[in-house]
Amino acid sequence: MNFDLTDDRQMLSDSLRRYLADNCGMEHRNKVAYGAPFHDQKAWTELAALGIPGALVGEDAGGYGGTGFDISVVFEELGRALCPEPFLATLLASRLLTTAGADQEALIEGTKRYAVAFSEIDEPYDVAFMSTTARASGDAYTLDGRKTAVYGGHVADTLLVIALLDGKPAVFQTETASTTVTGYGMMDGGGAAEVVFDGTPATLLIADAEAAITDMLAAGRLALCAEAVGAMDVAHTLLLDYLKTRKQFGTVIGKFQVLQHRAVDLLSEIEQARSMTIALAACLGEPEAARTSAMAKSLVGRVARLVGEETIQMQGGIAMTWEYASSHYAKRLVMLDHQLGDTDACEGEIIRSYAA
Amino acid sequence: MDLSYTPEEEAFRAEVRAFLEAELPDHISAAVRSGEELSREIYQEWHEILGRKGWLGTTWPKEYGGPGWTPVERYIFDVECSRCYAPRIVAFGPHMLGPVIQKFGNDEQKREILPRILSGEDWWAQGYSEPGAGSDLASLKTRAERVGDHYIVNGQKTWTTLGQHANRIFCLVRTKQDGKPQEGISFLLMDIDLPGIEVRPIRLIEGGHEVNEVFFSDVKVPVSGLVGEENKGWTIAKYLLTHERTNIAGVGISMQALEEVKSLARLTKRRGKALIEDPLFAVRVARVESELEAMKITNLRMLYTAQKQGQPGPETSILKIKGTLIGQELRDLARRALGPVAAPFPGHITDGNLVMGPKDSEHNAAVYFNNRKTSIFGGSNEIQRNILTKTMLEL
Repeated sequence: MNFDLTDDRQMLSDSLRRYLADNCGMEHRNKVAYGAPFHDQKAWTELAALGIPGALVGEDAGGYGGTGFDISVVFEELGRALCPEPFLATLLASRLLTTAGADQEALIEGTKRYAVAFSEIDEPYDVAFMSTTARASGDAYTLDGRKTAVYGGHVADTLLVIALLDGKPAVFQTETASTTVTGYGMMDGGGAAEVVFDGTPATLLIADAEAAITDMLAAGRLALCAEAVGAMDVAHTLLLDYLKTRKQFGTVIGKFQVLQHRAVDLLSEIEQARSMTIALAACLGEPEAARTSAMAKSLVGRVARLVGEETIQMQGGIAMTWEYASSHYAKRLVMLDHQLGDTDACEGEIIRSYAA
Repeated sequence: MDLSYTPEEEAFRAEVRAFLEAELPDHISAAVRSGEELSREIYQEWHEILGRKGWLGTTWPKEYGGPGWTPVERYIFDVECSRCYAPRIVAFGPHMLGPVIQKFGNDEQKREILPRILSGEDWWAQGYSEPGAGSDLASLKTRAERVGDHYIVNGQKTWTTLGQHANRIFCLVRTKQDGKPQEGISFLLMDIDLPGIEVRPIRLIEGGHEVNEVFFSDVKVPVSGLVGEENKGWTIAKYLLTHERTNIAGVGISMQALEEVKSLARLTKRRGKALIEDPLFAVRVARVESELEAMKITNLRMLYTAQKQGQPGPETSILKIKGTLIGQELRDLARRALGPVAAPFPGHITDGNLVMGPKDSEHNAAVYFNNRKTSIFGGSNEIQRNILTKTMLEL
């Protein structure tokens, strides 16, 4: 049993934290996160040079990481800085490309950007109920349907698309240029896209993709949980700083027990969220990862929303302002529940495992 | 990071399992499984079995005759004991007084007291709380006045758990009236059958006799019962409370309770289907299972820190708060799973052949009510939040 980071991962964490502190301060972050193209091309290139995409890819696929704890270390730091660079898209794509045994050199170098087209308006989370369809025409395939909120899709070169082939989920690859992509910024910063396929030519990457998608979701959920833990840490620290300095009724408001106990409860919840993220990181790639990912994402989703809402309420009006960093943390903490399965959807997965 | 157990820890788990398989008597595990109030004989028999194996003072180092387990080994032991429905070790002697004597006791006290705890021979009670001193423990009023070679003790203790079974009691007493309340407290040991001590039962919410009031009127206690220095008892009291936190998260018991909830919800039915298929019930199970899964890791993380630093830190208050809430939620689910079958008062069904619910479910509602205590005792969850406010948040 050991809860310390290895030296290599500690170095990765430190160097990423230093880079983001020096180059992704809140003012700059907000400028790039909320204005097209909703990320910073310079930061993307420099983070790629720092080796961030490679840390998300396993050694057998040409990277130098890809385990649960590599992923959690990277995303915890991205979360601390509210970094809007679309690395979640990189991770999701890399999991699929790894399963397919495809080349990932350009992904690792950051020279080619991938996104995974997964959610649909009528079924955001459960692949069994999605409707984007692939048809074979000779050796080639065409896609029809619409994918929604494709993270990083607004700047992607290549899309990996989850579509039904003969009624079963499969993964296809297509170039963004051959689809209709409508990009937009998101409520909490960063960008996504709607993608419409209308007889779009595509190549088949993974035919029987159920296991590949399960692995992709587990890895993506781990990334989101770790991102939330990083963001919650900072949000809680901002809250404590405020409780120690803001005065009302002649004293700092941190002396009021009604606020103290709520701040303590947030601490306990954040530690639980951190533990569940560790549990998921430890079993990524194992058979129990799917169920653990549902537990982690539902627990973290609930805690993240609580931290988001409570940090607003306890700090009062200031936390409602755009200018104060806390509000942007709160937005990310609430909105990440909508990615790759929200609390309800994940709890649904768990309870269906009881009946099985 | 590495969450796997070492080969030594796995071997240890196997050793504990084999021991429990061979040595835990069926009538004891059956009694624990039923949820009924355990008799003195059952506790005593189990303590003596553990004592013979050298496993009663689970937190003790080898130099005092303990097994010298690491925090992780203690955790494994607790989980395995819960899994097999072994009784919880009554903590007052082995987990509380033992470590106190090792740290603060004189040589004679060590010689006299420690072996009798390890063998299960002495049953100690804890005299801390008073009617006017619960969460605010330092305001305690029970007085001990030095007269020659004795203290004369007058006052009252309360919530003395299983005091009806004890032959000895350790007490916090006031030995100085002026100054800061914390600076006039001493830690005093005595036999519970001394003239002037009276133990009276308090009947609890579920009807059980688990706690007592203890009255002291002109009780003559030899000064050899003083642990550490006079008026320095508060330091000892606080040290003891950190040791009370061994296994405070109750992970093993909650794991067992979760299995019980799932099994009950598969046996009981609503609208023609097993209750576990009712999404409103199942989602509550899913939430508490996720919390418990996280709690296991939180607990291990804090054990790991304790192992590195040599003692548990203030963050263990998180274990107390979350651990008790998880345990209470599970008892609520178990009770609710039974529906009206939970209604009869245990033992009040007059026809002995009438079976109402699944096996071992008769005491479910009683156990639920009894478990409301966990967020109150050992420093209420509100006191834990005060501790965390000061130590972790520094507010």
